[in-house]
Amino acid sequence: MTGLEERVGRAAGVGPLLLGVRHHGPGSARAVRAALEEARPRVVLIEGPPEADALIPLAADEEMRPPVALLAHAVDEPGRSAFWPLAEFSPEWVAIRWALEHDVPARFIDLPATHTLAWGRPEDEAAGEGESPLDAGTADNEGDSGPGPEPASGLGPASGPEPASGPEPGPADVRIDPLGVLAETAGYDDPERWWEDVVEHRGVGKGDALAPFTVLEEAMGALRETYGSGGHDRDLVREAYMRLQVRAAQREFEDGVAVVCGAWHVPALRRKTTVAADKALLKGLPKVKTDMTWVPWTHRRLSRVSGYGAGIDSPGWYGHLFSAPDRPVERWMTKVAGLLRAEDRLVSSAHVIEAVRLAETLAAMRGRPLPGLSETTDAVRAVMCEGSDVPLALVRDRLVVGDVLGEVPPTAPAVPLQRDLARLQRRLRLKPEALERELELDLRKETDAARSRLLHRLRLLGVAWGEPAVSRGSTGTFRETWRLRWEPELSVRVAEAGVWGTTVLSAATAKAEADAVTAQGLADVTALAERCLLAELSDALPTVMRILADRAALDADVGRLAQALPALVRSLRYGDVRGTDTGALGEVAAGLAERVFVGLPPACAALDADGAEEMRRHVDAVHGAVGLLGDAPAAGRGQLRARWQSVLRVLSGRDTVPGVIRGRAVRLLLDDGELAQDEAARLMGLVLSPGTPPADAAAWIEGFVGGGSGGGMLLVHDERLLGLVDAWLTGVPAEAFTDVLPLLRRTFSAYEPGVRRTLGELVRRGPGAGSGGTGTGTGSGIPGFAAELDTERADAVLPVLRLLLGLDEVAEHIGDDLVGVRG
Amino acid sequence: MPVSVEPTTVEPKQGEPSEALRPHAEDAFAGELAALAAQDDRPRPARWKLSPWAVATYLLGGTLPDGTVITPKYVGPRRIVEVAVTTLATDRALLLLGVPGTAKTWVSEHLAAAVSGDSTLLVQGTAGTPEEAIRYGWNYAQLLAHGPSRDALVPSPVMRAMAEGMTARVEELTRIPADVQDTLITILSEKTLPIPELGQEVQAVRGFNLIATANDRDRGVNDLSSALRRRFNTVVLPLPESPEAEVDIVSRRVDQIGRSLDLPAAPDGLDEIRRVVTVFRELRDGVTTDGRTKLKSPSGTLSTAEAISVVTNGLALAAHFGDGVLRPGDVAAGILGAVVRDPAADRVIWQEYLETVVRERDGWKDFYRACREVSV
Repeated sequence: MTGLEERVGRAAGVGPLLLGVRHHGPGSARAVRAALEEARPRVVLIEGPPEADALIPLAADEEMRPPVALLAHAVDEPGRSAFWPLAEFSPEWVAIRWALEHDVPARFIDLPATHTLAWGRPEDEAAGEGESPLDAGTADNEGDSGPGPEPASGLGPASGPEPASGPEPGPADVRIDPLGVLAETAGYDDPERWWEDVVEHRGVGKGDALAPFTVLEEAMGALRETYGSGGHDRDLVREAYMRLQVRAAQREFEDGVAVVCGAWHVPALRRKTTVAADKALLKGLPKVKTDMTWVPWTHRRLSRVSGYGAGIDSPGWYGHLFSAPDRPVERWMTKVAGLLRAEDRLVSSAHVIEAVRLAETLAAMRGRPLPGLSETTDAVRAVMCEGSDVPLALVRDRLVVGDVLGEVPPTAPAVPLQRDLARLQRRLRLKPEALERELELDLRKETDAARSRLLHRLRLLGVAWGEPAVSRGSTGTFRETWRLRWEPELSVRVAEAGVWGTTVLSAATAKAEADAVTAQGLADVTALAERCLLAELSDALPTVMRILADRAALDADVGRLAQALPALVRSLRYGDVRGTDTGALGEVAAGLAERVFVGLPPACAALDADGAEEMRRHVDAVHGAVGLLGDAPAAGRGQLRARWQSVLRVLSGRDTVPGVIRGRAVRLLLDDGELAQDEAARLMGLVLSPGTPPADAAAWIEGFVGGGSGGGMLLVHDERLLGLVDAWLTGVPAEAFTDVLPLLRRTFSAYEPGVRRTLGELVRRGPGAGSGGTGTGTGSGIPGFAAELDTERADAVLPVLRLLLGLDEVAEHIGDDLVGVRG
Repeated sequence: MPVSVEPTTVEPKQGEPSEALRPHAEDAFAGELAALAAQDDRPRPARWKLSPWAVATYLLGGTLPDGTVITPKYVGPRRIVEVAVTTLATDRALLLLGVPGTAKTWVSEHLAAAVSGDSTLLVQGTAGTPEEAIRYGWNYAQLLAHGPSRDALVPSPVMRAMAEGMTARVEELTRIPADVQDTLITILSEKTLPIPELGQEVQAVRGFNLIATANDRDRGVNDLSSALRRRFNTVVLPLPESPEAEVDIVSRRVDQIGRSLDLPAAPDGLDEIRRVVTVFRELRDGVTTDGRTKLKSPSGTLSTAEAISVVTNGLALAAHFGDGVLRPGDVAAGILGAVVRDPAADRVIWQEYLETVVRERDGWKDFYRACREVSV
């Protein structure tokens, strides 16, 4: 590499001005602006997809606010897409703006997205070296751009196209990390820090504006001499394309050509190759029809915190470095202090002074020219946050990453989400109509199921095209009724939803995940889980489930847990109907149930009447849910029921538990056959004995036989229990009677008229009128029935029943049950 | 009018360090300090025995150019030590916070030893610490005989540090009553200590600084006033980062204690120690080790020191009542006692933990059963 000669050559005005940058590097951005100001080129060439050339003027639009991203997507397949995010402090953005401000043409010169997107096709993937197209795009913008971020460690601010979908770059490990090599040579263990020290933290406008680029180019030249393409084979193709473009521009504008590209590419662009050789490299590239547009971006998505893989750690900090005219550390500390004050923390100017001093001394101690993010963070923690990481998390979230949201003018081309929606609408024959109409769906049919999914997904995205309505006819879980109405503003909603993804599926998934993270209560997350199942967003489910499990673990309110459980179990059943994999859901539900079991007994102590009534409803809900959950065929869940019963037993026997819950627990156990009738009668007798305050006893009765639980029939059929109630009631002292009356009225007035009448008649006849004893229980005389069962006639039914149930192998068992009934 | 305090007013430390049960840091590591000083060519702040870089090396360990090996005094994040040393170099007071057993005192002693070569200028904070312990007292015999004079004055360690440009230490700052704490405000902001009885003052000379330690579980007992708090840079010392490090600390310490109590060594104890550490860490951090399940944290500290005591207890149980092998049953009761501090809330948390985490874990059946037994 003959860097020296070339530098001389360039200084003399020969050859293009090559500005190697790190994507999203504020120092690079500043340097690019200074260099452009000095060199005043007649055309600016920028690394990026040339299809976006037509979109460049939009960057000057007043309504365009970075961070934004160029989005390329395959026309037929909106899910195949790539992003080139640009922040205010991205050198590329600075170059575009400079060109627009000075009426100089700006052009993108990277390999067209039509090829890079086609690289990602599965068949190509298999054949190729395994580098995904996105990565190729990413590669240049980000990984390969040398001092930029490199894919291997994801270290750098990458402006690379972010994979919107598709495989993550797999072969990253075989690539070299140019930044890492340079940093290691310089004795730094952290490449990011080295880059910051050497480039980003340099002051503005000292000396030759072109000097930093020259030095960087030399370093990169040396690296590429050693490492070649560094494992980024597709770079060679891209660089060939770029060289051709640069040559074309040189023919047109002679010397006034400036190129802004990743520093890694600079030596390759400088290299003398023949046009024929470059063209040969470009032969036979796969193609796919693509479309480009601008989409709004956010700092959060620029940062790798958001899980987008490649990105920069601290967009807010870089933005600050770029926009601060001078004294970046002092200004930063003032910003931090402002934020902390707004959050009601006591931060004075003295704190700011001390924080700046500490940060600067720390930098000196660590041998850095200027405090970087780690020094300022350490200083903020020690001085302003009293050593605590809690307020620091706030600083990180609001300032280091930042909440900045980009904007794109409405004149930007349509987002792919709209196309995807239109395509789905065509395929499912669901026309957007302004007229309201009802749509009946039978989920067993393929098309109807797909329609239901689409409508549910759109609802998640805030596009309220369809509202679920109550089915008039069947109530089966496989039926759904929707009320459809397309309002014009829904198009705007769709455009807004475009930030979440390029297809309805991916957007809804991303939105659901984001919603889960920000959801407030446990119930919200449960509801979201239900909606995810309905919309069949199986990719979002793991995130939602994880958050659900976390919320459940940290929620100390048993009531809320108990409320969440039924919805979850219901979802489990929906999932079963729709054939989704609900393994994770079942696990979470079982975990939730366990927590309820543990927390319920203590939570039932010392409740007032209203609280007790609410808790009783929770007990009922949990009981139902456990019943359903226990049925599910999964390992370990079979014991749930047994454990729930032991919880009920604890509840029924604990005196501090309100009567209504105790009564309910006994009843549930009795219904499940876990408690013998004798035992239930004993417990009832215990509660109804004179030692118990009448109000408590009445509450117990309410819990035991009240509500819609068919308790009336129980009393009708069990003379003994009725006798107990009757005996107790007549024993209630007059002064207490008025207290228990409302409760009893509530209990018994809920019964059906027939049951009430029968009970009345039974009571009128008086206890023991039938058989003279309350102990045997079989002597009750219901009007129209004999006192005793006629066993012969009852036996006569058995053969028919056997026939109806029809299973010989279980016949014995059934026979037992029937005998049980008879007894 | 500044005056100097005669070092002779206080009995200089005497005796043979080697005979001491626990020698001071500057004596125990005199060799390392000397080697560091000899090879330290970086600028030193006034009256510092070493440069900030060398102080950091002294604490974190390393190998000097001549091959001298410096043992690490503090095992933990490098950032902590760097911020602490830098704070002292910028002339700000340093407050070390942390739950009990995170080496606050240890770090403060070694910092003082490395910076000033003397870690003995120490005020032990208690609920009864008087103002005299921080400012000065009087020698009443002298006072009565000759009236107020410099000779009758008994300087506090802080006063001596100010006069000599040394590092003073205040242990357990938050145990000290608030009005006494506030004595430090003038000292830290004006860097001067007035003696109104004599119409004099002691001005701190360059090199003076102060390291305080406080237990952050004591928050709210004698909370620092914001005026005082502002004078400090705060560094929180974290609990051990990895389970392995913690198991290592626990087993080594248990070994030492066991020997001094003449407990027989437990051959298979390591698994149980690991289990105790895992339980403590998971409940403390509110998340399981595999990072997949969140947990509620009980109100107790669950520090490494408590894990050590649980294991020691268990060993004693095993030695005296069992077969000498540490078994789940031996530690279960101890763990329960450490975790359940608040009988209502903590018990629920503990049972939830048992049912949702311990029961499902492979190889933890015995432990689960033992815990169930003691929980009921």
